Order: sequence, then structure tokens, then C-alpha cells
Amino acid sequence: MREVTTSSGDGCKIRLTEDELRKDIVTGSEDAARKGKIDGLTEAEINHMVDIFRQPGKTVSVEPGMEVIVTDDGAGISASWGKPSAGHALPMSDHQNILMYERVYCGDTCGLGFPDYSYKPVKSAIGYARSHYKTISMLTTIPLIYGSQPNMGMYYHPTGPIESPSDYFRAYDFEKAFQVQEDAAQMMRKDIFYVAEQLYEIGCEAINLDTTGSAGDAEFWGCLSVVEDIKSKMPDLPVEMGMAGEMIMGLHSKMTYKGKRLAGMYPHQQAEMAARAGVDIFGVAVNSDTARSTPYNLSRTVTFTKAAALHTSIPIHANSGMGVGGMPMTLLPPVGCSTRCAKALVEIGKADGL
Amino acid sequence: MGGVRTAGDLVAWMQLTRRMKIDQAKDYVAAKLNLKREDLTDEAIMAKVRYEKGLGSVIPDHDEYTGMAAKCKIAELLDISINSVNLFQKHLRQ
Repeated sequence: MREVTTSSGDGCKIRLTEDELRKDIVTGSEDAARKGKIDGLTEAEINHMVDIFRQPGKTVSVEPGMEVIVTDDGAGISASWGKPSAGHALPMSDHQNILMYERVYCGDTCGLGFPDYSYKPVKSAIGYARSHYKTISMLTTIPLIYGSQPNMGMYYHPTGPIESPSDYFRAYDFEKAFQVQEDAAQMMRKDIFYVAEQLYEIGCEAINLDTTGSAGDAEFWGCLSVVEDIKSKMPDLPVEMGMAGEMIMGLHSKMTYKGKRLAGMYPHQQAEMAARAGVDIFGVAVNSDTARSTPYNLSRTVTFTKAAALHTSIPIHANSGMGVGGMPMTLLPPVGCSTRCAKALVEIGKADGL
Repeated sequence: MGGVRTAGDLVAWMQLTRRMKIDQAKDYVAAKLNLKREDLTDEAIMAKVRYEKGLGSVIPDHDEYTGMAAKCKIAELLDISINSVNLFQKHLRQ
């Protein structure tokens, strides 16, 4: 029986028989369906995914007519940024880099951000962010999306003014642990709104709340709330929201939004909340298991993405790269995996973009 | 989709400004350009269309629409509000 070459979740090359390939795809889909209480992949979809992995070419692509757009969280400016931001450290400006991304690489949109990629430090450097964005947006044709991470963890000691909830959890003081998370969420909400408002004044075309929910359900609540704030004051400022992971961690556990408990929400439920808050494009993030194969990880991701895409009225973009979206957890993902993940997420997962 | 090489940026504008799903966004852009949906990713067709309508291109001639000038044309063509374009036009008027 012909073997298929692919990668494990840690990036190492592996070979699977067709039976092993099919088994991993079925198991991955079943795991997502069980956890998310959603439909698994159909027999036809499983066969389709097997075909994608069996294609002999090193890379694959979607069928003509099924092309989707891409948004990013720094890919467009990776050439001029340094290694801490997964950049290539080329001696060129962000201006040159973004125009190269637009006219040489032909990205559909381009992300711009501050090297310390969280809203909290951007607030301190808002003058730089405004002039940087304004100048570049005069030169670009594709949508220029200002991205940053909500990163609520930065508001806790020692980098922020609020006591860490972990200290209170250790002391079994749960009410205080809840309170400091709510305080941090409110502070983060104000900072994100401030940055959005400041950028809107100088013509910002869209903003991205990238890696939302990294500090749990209180952070997700703060992000949903600030999207409402933004849409209330600046209804024509498009907002993209990308998630930190497939499930909202219940670090607070009692946070609700529009009557729904946020802790434990999976992508299709997160997308619904985001749409209700006013988000325009929602980015599904499904975690890869480094001990499992790419077919397993991709099958889980496609199952979650399909549920979100079918469940929600707004465009769904699947985060795909470095440990999410079926991709191995490596800085330099194998192209055989990245192109197969993209094809499956679009053709089977019904993603509106990547 | 190919960005300014094809019609990827135009489809992206529709997702961002009107929350359109991919098929709906493609249909909208194709209708505005009087093209078929499959033409949107045809480099030969789109290069000509983009040049004629001033929408920016991969290899712009020096007298061609680029940057903000192309975005002004895109906002008008797609009948959408682009914040940077609005600010630029406000500056021109005042």
C-alpha cells in the first residue's frame, strides 16, 4: 500500500499508510465533534481530505473558483521585523516592506502593528502608531489593518498595575481573584478603545484584535465589550477578531456576554458572540497537538471551522500557522502541510479566508 | 486571491466593510466590474480592468493610479466607505 509523507504536530516528517491516514482523519473529526458538540465530517468530506493528503505533489492548491482572501497578524511586515516577531531582519522600512507585500507578494490585505505587539504598549506609543499608519496608508491600495494583541495578562503584576489573580487563587480567595480579572478587563477595554479612536482619527481602515482570549474568559468579555464600544462610536471602522485558542479558558468562569457563559466556548460559539458584538471578520484558532499527525490536527480544525462557518453570518478566517489550524508547531512549517491545510480549510471547512 | 494582481483586495474590502461571506463578496465585486466571478482571479482580464478603472496594479506605470488615488477609485466603484479615503477627501475639500 502506498504511503503518504506528511508531518507530525512537532514538524517532524512522518509516513502513514492510507489506513493510518484515514484513521487519523476520522479520529480527529470525532474528537472535535465530541468536544464542540457539533457535526463531524461526512464520509464524502473524509474521502476528500484523504485525497488532499494523497496528492503526489509537494504542494497543493484549491480548485479554480474557490480562491479566498488572506488577512494576517504580521506576515506582511515580517521582512522588516526581527526574530522576536518571527521576522526576517532585512534592513528595510515597514513602508517599503508593506508595498513589497502588496505589489510583489500580492497579499489581499496587510497587517501593520507596533513591534511590542499588544494594545497596552501601543497606547504609550500612540503618536508613533498614528504617524506610521497615516504615512503608509497614503501609499497602499490593499486594506491596511492595524493589529495588536489584547493581552490582558500584561495588566497584572509585575508588568501591570493589577494584582495577579493567581496569588488570590493560591490563597483560596476566589472573589478577589474574580474581581482583579474584571478590573484588568475594564482597563484593557479602555486601552483598546483609546488606540482604536486615535487611529480612526487619522484614517485607520480596520483594526485587528489578534490572539483574543489568551488570558481567559474575562479577556474575551473585555474584547467583546470594546468591539461594542468601537461600533457604537465608530460604526464604519471594520474590526477583525482572531482567537488565541479553540476553547475559552475559564480562568474567571462566571463571565457572561448577552446571557451566555463565555468559559468553555468553542469556535462556533465564539464566532456567534463576536458577530453579535459587531465583529466584521472572525478568526478561528484551533490548537495543534504536537504528539499527533497533521491529518489528525487538520481534521479537528476543519470540523471546528466548518461549524463556525455554517453557524455564523460573518466571514470566517481560519488561523493557519505555527501550532494552529492543523499546522505543526514550528517556526518554519513544511509547505506540504501549509498548502494542504489551506486547501482543506477552504474546500471542506468552508472558510471565507485564511 | 492575488491582491492587486487580481481582485483579492476588492473582495477583502467587501468582507471588511459589509461583512460579506466569500461567495457573496465575489459576486458583488464581479457585478460592479461587469465580469463573471471566475474572471476575478484571471490575471490577464484583471490587469486590463484595473488599468482602465484606475484601481492600482502590480506593475503600475508612472502615470497610473496607485495608493490613495487608487483607493479613492475603489471606494467609488464598490460604493463603500473607506475611512482613509474619507479623511483624504475631507482634506481636499477644506
